Amino acid sequence: MARSLSAGDLLFLFAVSALLCVSVGFQSDELLLDDEEFGLEGGVPTKSPDLTYTRSSSPPAQPQPTTTTSRRRFSDQDTDSKIQFELHHAFGDSDFSPAGTFSARLKTWSHGGQTLTKLRFSRNAFTEEEKEEFSLLLKGDDFYSIRLPSSVANPPGRDYVISSVKARCLLREGLDEHFVIHTDGVNILAVNYGSPGACPYPRQLRLPSKWSFNSHTVLKNSEQAPRAPVFSEEVFGGEGVEGEVVPPQERSFWAKYWMYLIPLGLIVMNAVTQAMNMAEEQVGAPSAAGQAQQPAAIQRGSSSSVRRR
Amino acid sequence: MATTSMAVRAFLLLLLVFLSLANLTLSLYEDQVGLVDWHQQYIGKVKDAVFHTQKSGRKRVVVSTEENVIASLDLRHGEIFWRHVLGSNDVVDGIDIALGKYVITLSSEGSILRAWNLPDGQMVWQSFIDGSGASKSLLTVPTNLIVNKENLILVFGKGSLHAVSGIDGEVLWTKDFAAESLEVKHIIQPVGSEAIYVLGFVGSSQFDAYQINPKNGEILKHNSAALSGGYSGEAILASSDILVTLDASRSKLVGISFQDGELNLQQTSISNILGDSSGTPVLLSSKLPGMFSVKLDGGVTLIKVTVEAKLEVMDKISSVVAISDAIPLTEGQQAFALVQHGDGKIHLTVKLSHDLSGDLLKESIVMDNQRGMVHKVFINSYIRTDRSNGFRALIVMEDHSLLLLQQGAIVWSREDGLASIVDVLTSELPVEKEGVSVAKVEENLFEWLKGHLLKLKGTLMLASADDVAAIQERRLKSSEKSKLTRDHNGFRKLLIVLTKAGKLFALHTGYGQVVWSLLLPNLRKSECEFPTGLNIYQWQVPHHHAMDEDPSILIVGRCGQSSDAPGVLSIVDAYTGTEINSMDLVHSISQVIPLPFTDTTEQRLHLLIDGNQHAYLYPRTSEAIDIFQREFSNIYWYSVETKNGIIKGHVLKSNCIQEVVDNYCFESRDIWSIVFPSDSEKIIATVTRKPNEVVHTQAKVIAAEEDLMYKYISKNLLFVATVAPKGSGAIGTATPEESWLTVYLIDTVTGRILHRMTHHGAQGPVHAVFSENWVVYHYFNLRAHRYEMSVIEIYDQSRADNKDVWKLILGKHNLTSPISSYSRPEVVTKSQSYFFTYSVKAIDVTLTAKGITSKQLLVGTIGDQVLALDKRFLDPRRSVNPTPAEKEEGIIPLTDSLPIIPQSYVTHALRVEGLRGIVTVPAKLESTTLVFVYGVDLFFTQLAPSRTYDSLTDDFSYALLLITIVALIAAIFVTWILSEKKELREKWR
Repeated sequence: MARSLSAGDLLFLFAVSALLCVSVGFQSDELLLDDEEFGLEGGVPTKSPDLTYTRSSSPPAQPQPTTTTSRRRFSDQDTDSKIQFELHHAFGDSDFSPAGTFSARLKTWSHGGQTLTKLRFSRNAFTEEEKEEFSLLLKGDDFYSIRLPSSVANPPGRDYVISSVKARCLLREGLDEHFVIHTDGVNILAVNYGSPGACPYPRQLRLPSKWSFNSHTVLKNSEQAPRAPVFSEEVFGGEGVEGEVVPPQERSFWAKYWMYLIPLGLIVMNAVTQAMNMAEEQVGAPSAAGQAQQPAAIQRGSSSSVRRR
Repeated sequence: MATTSMAVRAFLLLLLVFLSLANLTLSLYEDQVGLVDWHQQYIGKVKDAVFHTQKSGRKRVVVSTEENVIASLDLRHGEIFWRHVLGSNDVVDGIDIALGKYVITLSSEGSILRAWNLPDGQMVWQSFIDGSGASKSLLTVPTNLIVNKENLILVFGKGSLHAVSGIDGEVLWTKDFAAESLEVKHIIQPVGSEAIYVLGFVGSSQFDAYQINPKNGEILKHNSAALSGGYSGEAILASSDILVTLDASRSKLVGISFQDGELNLQQTSISNILGDSSGTPVLLSSKLPGMFSVKLDGGVTLIKVTVEAKLEVMDKISSVVAISDAIPLTEGQQAFALVQHGDGKIHLTVKLSHDLSGDLLKESIVMDNQRGMVHKVFINSYIRTDRSNGFRALIVMEDHSLLLLQQGAIVWSREDGLASIVDVLTSELPVEKEGVSVAKVEENLFEWLKGHLLKLKGTLMLASADDVAAIQERRLKSSEKSKLTRDHNGFRKLLIVLTKAGKLFALHTGYGQVVWSLLLPNLRKSECEFPTGLNIYQWQVPHHHAMDEDPSILIVGRCGQSSDAPGVLSIVDAYTGTEINSMDLVHSISQVIPLPFTDTTEQRLHLLIDGNQHAYLYPRTSEAIDIFQREFSNIYWYSVETKNGIIKGHVLKSNCIQEVVDNYCFESRDIWSIVFPSDSEKIIATVTRKPNEVVHTQAKVIAAEEDLMYKYISKNLLFVATVAPKGSGAIGTATPEESWLTVYLIDTVTGRILHRMTHHGAQGPVHAVFSENWVVYHYFNLRAHRYEMSVIEIYDQSRADNKDVWKLILGKHNLTSPISSYSRPEVVTKSQSYFFTYSVKAIDVTLTAKGITSKQLLVGTIGDQVLALDKRFLDPRRSVNPTPAEKEEGIIPLTDSLPIIPQSYVTHALRVEGLRGIVTVPAKLESTTLVFVYGVDLFFTQLAPSRTYDSLTDDFSYALLLITIVALIAAIFVTWILSEKKELREKWR
């Protein structure tokens, strides 16, 4: 429900942007710096389930000049600020060290709320030491951990949010990682880190062919729960009762009386077969006696004539 | 073989669907009450008791208890005449009898005063006491304080003194002491005095005495005196004009005489009167005339107070555990009782207060040592047939049981410890041994036949009234039910319960009788202060040696009130109740994780987590550690820090680094954490699936769309509910705009949030139950001003393509591949909310042996009843106009609220007062589940959510069946003979 709605919104947005900008070159992996670009994105009036999907690969894409258009009216009442926060990583029991930078827009709404949008991620390439440590993790099937500050406004907030994955799960061609960042305004509740696909259980030991990360990032906000259905009084009292409760009473004849009909049918069938048997017995018995009696033959003749008729 | 069982299963399923379609509700006939259910009423540990011996009528005692119960008990049999269970936030502070006909109770920190009619317990009046401050509360019912023809009741509460009319509860006057911050200790009206004396302390160094006019509450006189040595918090009224207290260092007794308008302080060093001692003296609160008692080093010293506030030692008695208040006898004499322990007996002595040399009564009573020490004693006198004074004593024991002693014997006893159950576990009964004598069988056969003949009579409507009564009697008292052996259907089990007093009881599910009880010895040791029983777990369940080995259970407790206090473990035989082993731990216990591994003796491995996140393995055997090392990297657990709003996931790292090498101790490390923003979310509920739940099928067929969905079934799912900090108070304290409820489904291995959803304008408390792939939770909707119940169902999409039959046949499916939490889950959730009328105390779901039977939610309502609600009412797929296909599937048309059908109350007409928990246990019979409900009362019943489709009911007439068969066989023979004869005749013709 929520998903389809947001998809609808996105479609709408896409249509609007297509109308407004002549150069349609919107690319998902470009690092966008223009403030106006995001005014539209934030123009969605609901705080919840807008789901930003960004994809960043290392090295990050070069900033491209973008065409400015007249979309200021959307962002007039809202102020944006650019924000950066660091991703830290740890190998097994080692201490956390910087591993990359997230940059995002912090959108402040007129009603006071703040939302994180337009997340971009640039990952530092592994140094030789880190590669070695990572290889050790792969051999030992140990954990590769990452952490993010729990508040982006004043990091690290109350604490860091940590997530770990068995290092072997990240391995594809290179290293594939998938971040799901659960946010609530400026706070990061949790980050779910792992491989973008499956990680079948007997984890095989392989070494990556190339040491570059392919990162996927998803920003998630809380969904709105469905409301309890509210029926207005007259619908419930008038149609609701008569229209719904009465029809089940009107079951078909068969549904109502099948339990009587089946035995009845059986009895009838039984009686019929018996009657047939009786008839055949009476027919068959004389023939077995060697056609000694005339009346029986007459009877048979009459019965066959009846049947023919 | 397999195919037949499949066929049987399919048939059962069909039958089940058919039956459940035919009848949604489940109800009971009147004569079925008590057939499979039982109900026991308790009151809890007695705090205070007031005897009431009317000249005429029955003899009773009125008690108030720690479970906030006021009850009137029969002194002859200990039965409850009437009982009122006040809410958990309505603690009874004082109880007394006024005017000889009302029971007066003061509760809720001195803010509610109620009068109950003594004979029947009807409430006569209720007064709310207002006041500005908060203070201790005190209830005094003077015997003959009559002002303007009204009997006054004096109440101190909320920082002020109130005089309340005993007749209608009207507050006559109020005197505020809140400004003086006076901590009132006593309110007395000395005999012969017009004034009321209010005695109290200000801070820890000043004593104040007020004389108050009982007519209007005016202060007649106010005296205060400084206490040079401070004040310890204990003060006892030794006589009508002298108050005795201990100074802050507990080394001096201070006697204060206050009556003559002057305050006289007399200090006496304790070592002077009692001799040197290392222990700390404690003033006992027993009210004795002209005396008081000091407990020191296990002995009690009775000290007399002279008119000049001089102290004289009257008597020293060793090993005294309890002293009663003095009661008036005839001729102005007063008597009191003291209880001593010695060699398995308790010694009750009643003495006259002015003459301690002689004993009025001295009795020794043999006491079950599973009851522990005497905690309290209350005495009452009566006139014997020979005109002398007789005494009966009501004693409260360490295990919270209540006993009445009279004439050297226990007249009755009540197991009131069962009113405060902490944890429940079930255990199977022993397997029935072979070798039953023939005589027994014959007798049984005769009884059996007789019983069935009676039943037959009943069925054929031939039974007389006597027969009907006999049938009912037979049904209720079948000896089958209380046998101490396992039965074929698994209905007979032991319910092992741990009470707040640290006592274990094994209750039989037949009638709820106590099979054995054990006061845990290692929680009673002197070095164990504030012992608390925490939980019970299955320690060893022998399957291979079920005939000759007993199962055992693990009891986890703690010595001390704080969570970092050292833990104690105790292992108890589940059949006999004897302690097999006990351990005093050096570490604390914050979490106990039963691991899914057992060793060769079928002992279950347990991992205990302490406050510093160290993990300890039990049992401490080398075999256990071998098994453990094999699974070392696959053990994950989580911890919820409710205060900080953080949930963390942990794994094991390595052995502990300590001075002493401990192979069974492991360090842990955090692998994930979720930090809830403190300004917007506060954890109020966390729920997981039950570890013993069985799921029959992973697939759910959606007939309407000819589709198949796979349930996301994981043992590692955690449901968390958080509310806005503003909305965490009581309902009504927050507006809908500032209150919201967020629910999460979290995978506890990776910390992945699988689902997150916010209910705006909703508020706690949240009660939730998690089963299979769904969660149902209950909360309050502030916008609609109603309670709501929501359901979330979670389905696995990664296996959704496995619908193609060809794929299944060719084996190209991923259904058999192991599931890893590290794979990115593709889940879909469906949810829906419904209004629900009641507020809820507990919520649970029925469990069956194989998980085939449809589920019912058991909702403990605010009225202390249990409502069975079919899970299908909480189906997120309900729609306003279900298609015929959906209807066939059993989808109920959408309504905005959940129906409450009176017949579906599991507790039928009964109430489980103070309901706290619901426990469901599967029986061996698939259709049936056993339900145990506990609170102040206990209730047990069997439920069949889809009817007993797999067994004949108890009242099935086997005799009728037998007779029918015999009759049919006879008929066959008769007709056969007849036909033979007829054939013969035919042939002769």
